[in-house]
Amino acid sequence: MSGREAILGAVRRSLKRQPEDAAARAAVEARLGARQRGPIPARAQLEPGAQVDLFQTMAEEHAATLTRVARAEDVPGAIAEYLSGHNLPQRLRAAPDPALENLPWDRHPLLNVAHGRASASDEVSLSGAFAAVAETGTLMLLSGERAPTTLNFLPDTHIVMLKTSQVVGSYEDAWARVRAEFGNGKLPRTANFITGPSRTADIEQTIQLGAHGPRRLHIVLLDDGPGGNGPGNAG
Amino acid sequence: MHSTAHSFKDNAKAAVADPQLKRALGHVKSGFIGKRAKAAARLPEFEALRDAARDIKTHTLEHLDLYLERYEENVQAAGGQVHWCASADDARAAVLDICQRVGAKTVTKGKSMISEEIALNDHLEANGITPVETDLGEYIIQLRHEPPSHIIAPAVHLTKDLIEADFRAEHTQFPAERQLSEPRQLVDEARQVLREGFLKADVGITGANFLVAETGSSVIVTNEGNGDLTQVLPKVHIVVASLEKVVPTLEDLSTILRVLARSATGQEFSTYTTVSTGPKRPGDLDGPEEYHVVLLDNGRSQMLAGELREVLRCIRCGACMNHCPVYHAIGGHAYGWVYPGPIGSVLTPALIGVEEAGNLPNASTFCGRCESVCPMRIPLPKLMRHWREREFERNLSPAAVRYGLAAWAFLARRPALYHWLIGLEMRVLGAIGRRKGRFARLPFAGGWTRHRDFPAPQGKTFQALWAERQAGRGR
Repeated sequence: MSGREAILGAVRRSLKRQPEDAAARAAVEARLGARQRGPIPARAQLEPGAQVDLFQTMAEEHAATLTRVARAEDVPGAIAEYLSGHNLPQRLRAAPDPALENLPWDRHPLLNVAHGRASASDEVSLSGAFAAVAETGTLMLLSGERAPTTLNFLPDTHIVMLKTSQVVGSYEDAWARVRAEFGNGKLPRTANFITGPSRTADIEQTIQLGAHGPRRLHIVLLDDGPGGNGPGNAG
Repeated sequence: MHSTAHSFKDNAKAAVADPQLKRALGHVKSGFIGKRAKAAARLPEFEALRDAARDIKTHTLEHLDLYLERYEENVQAAGGQVHWCASADDARAAVLDICQRVGAKTVTKGKSMISEEIALNDHLEANGITPVETDLGEYIIQLRHEPPSHIIAPAVHLTKDLIEADFRAEHTQFPAERQLSEPRQLVDEARQVLREGFLKADVGITGANFLVAETGSSVIVTNEGNGDLTQVLPKVHIVVASLEKVVPTLEDLSTILRVLARSATGQEFSTYTTVSTGPKRPGDLDGPEEYHVVLLDNGRSQMLAGELREVLRCIRCGACMNHCPVYHAIGGHAYGWVYPGPIGSVLTPALIGVEEAGNLPNASTFCGRCESVCPMRIPLPKLMRHWREREFERNLSPAAVRYGLAAWAFLARRPALYHWLIGLEMRVLGAIGRRKGRFARLPFAGGWTRHRDFPAPQGKTFQALWAERQAGRGR
C-alpha cells in the first residue's frame, strides 16, 4: 500500500468515515465554493481615502517609508531623491514591467536603471505592487514574467511603486482582486505579503531591521484616484 | 530528534540552577506577554477571530481526508508533487531522495519544526549533504549543535555574549579584533555569512505554516526573509509539512493569519507572508524548477480519533509557552524533545509515547494561562489531564503517587474516617507547631519544605468550622 492510501485510510478510520461519504463531500465542496469570509475588522472597511491614509500609517508604523506623488512622471524624481537622501547609489534593478519601463527615466540621467531579476550585487530594486492591504500596511506583490521575486528579497533597499487605486481594506479584498485577474483557485507561483523591511528579534528579543531581506522598504504611492474594495477595480 | 523527555525532572532541576539560562529567559517574560496583550487589545474583533479560527480548523479536521485530496490535486495542477510520508523515516528518505537525484551538496533551510521532528539535518549530514539553517536563531543553535528551545524563537535560551563567543569561534574569516558585542553587529555578521549560503545552495527546504486546499499552496510566515531567499534561489524547493496544516480557502487563511502574528510576537502582521504555488512558470525569471511537498503524518492520523484531535488545531504561535510559568522557569530544553511548553506537554506524549514523555503533562500548575491565550482555543489543561489519566492507567506513575492516591481514595470514600483522621492530624500538627507557627521539615512533605516552610495549622478544620456555622444558622 502506498503512503498516500495508508495515510488517507488511517485518517478515515479515525474519522469513522467511508471514502464515499456524499454528505461530507458536499460539505467540503460547499465550503470551497462559498469562499466565506470570517470577521473582517472594522478598520478594513473604511471609505477609500481613509483606507489609503490607514495604509500609510500602518506601513510607516512597520518601519517602511512612503512618498506620495501626484503623477506617474514624478516617480523617477521621487526615487532619485530618496536614493540621494539615504546616500545610496543612483543605480536600480527594476522589474521588467512596461508600467515601470515606460516611466520617464531619461529626465534623470544620473539614475542608472536596468531591468530584470535581482543578482547578488544589486543594492537597490524597484517592483510594482499588485495591491496593498490597509488594515496592517501590507503590500501584495505577485510573481510573474514581469515581476521576479528576487527583487523583493536580495537587495538591501527595496522600492515599491503602488497606486492609490490598488489599496484595499482587507486581505480578503486583495484575494478578490487576484481571483478577478487569475481565476478562481489559480494563483501565480508566489504571492508575497510584505509589511515593512526584514527584521529579527532572535538575539535577546531586541528588534533589528535587515536580517536577511531588505534593510529598507520604501513605497512610492502614486495618486491615481480612489481605490475601493470591489474585484473589478484592479488599478 | 533524540528524546530526553524521560529525564524531565533532572533536566528541569539543572535548568533552574543555570543562572545564564535564567537571565536569557527573562526576555521571554518581558518581551512576549505585553506585546501580545497590546496587539489583541488594539483589534476589537480579536476574540471573534479566535472563535472563527477555531471553527475553521475544527471543520477542516472533520473533513481532513477530503481536504488533503483536494490539496494534492491542486499541487499537481500547478506542477508540484506531494510525497505522502507515514513516518519520520519515510519523510527523511523522501527528502534525501530528491536531494540525491539533483546532486545536491548544500541545502539551505528555512525554519521548520517538522524538520526538527524528523531530525532531517542529521540524516542529510550522514549522507554527505550540508544543511545550512538560515533563520538567525536556528543558525545560532546549529553552530552550537543544540536543538531549538522555543518554537518561534529557537535561541531564546542564549544571551548575546554566548552568541558572540560562538561567532568568534566559527567565523574565523573575520578579523579577531572586530566589534561584536551588540545585537546589530551579530545580525550583520550572520547576514554576510549566510548570503553566501543562499547563493550556492542546490535545494531549499522550508516548512509551512499553512497548506491551502483551494489553490494547492504552501504558506510561510516569517520576519527575516530567509525563508523566501531559501525557496526562490535554488533550483528545487522542498516543503516539509504535517498534514494538519491544511485550511480550505484563502479566506480561511486570512482569518487565521490575523490571530497568528498577534498571538506569537504581538505584531499586527509578520513582515513576510508568502503563498507559494508550484514551481517556476513559463516566462518567470526566477524561482525553483521543482516544487515538492513532503507531507508527514507521524501519528497525527491516530490523534484525530479522540480527545487529542483538538491539539491538531495548533498553529505553532508559541503563545502558550510565552505565558507559561513553568516554561519561564526551566526554558525549552528541559522538555527533552522538539515541542516545549504546554503544547509540547500534550503533543509529545502523542508523538513519542506516554512512556517516554509522561512527565511533561505533570509539569503544570494548571493555572490556565496557556488556554486563555491560545488563538485556537485548545483546552491545554484538559488535555494534560488526559495524559495524566493515561499515565496512571498504564501504571507509569511513580509508586509514591500511586500509593498516595490509593490511600487518599480509600479515605475519600469513607467521610467519617476522613474527617476524624484529618481533624486528628490538624490537632497534632497544631500542637507541635504552636511555638514557631511553621515547620521547616515535615515527614512526607520534603518536596514542599525543601523550598519553603509549611505553616502550622491553627484552630479547627474547614469542615468543622463550616458545620458550626451551618448549625449556628439553623438556630
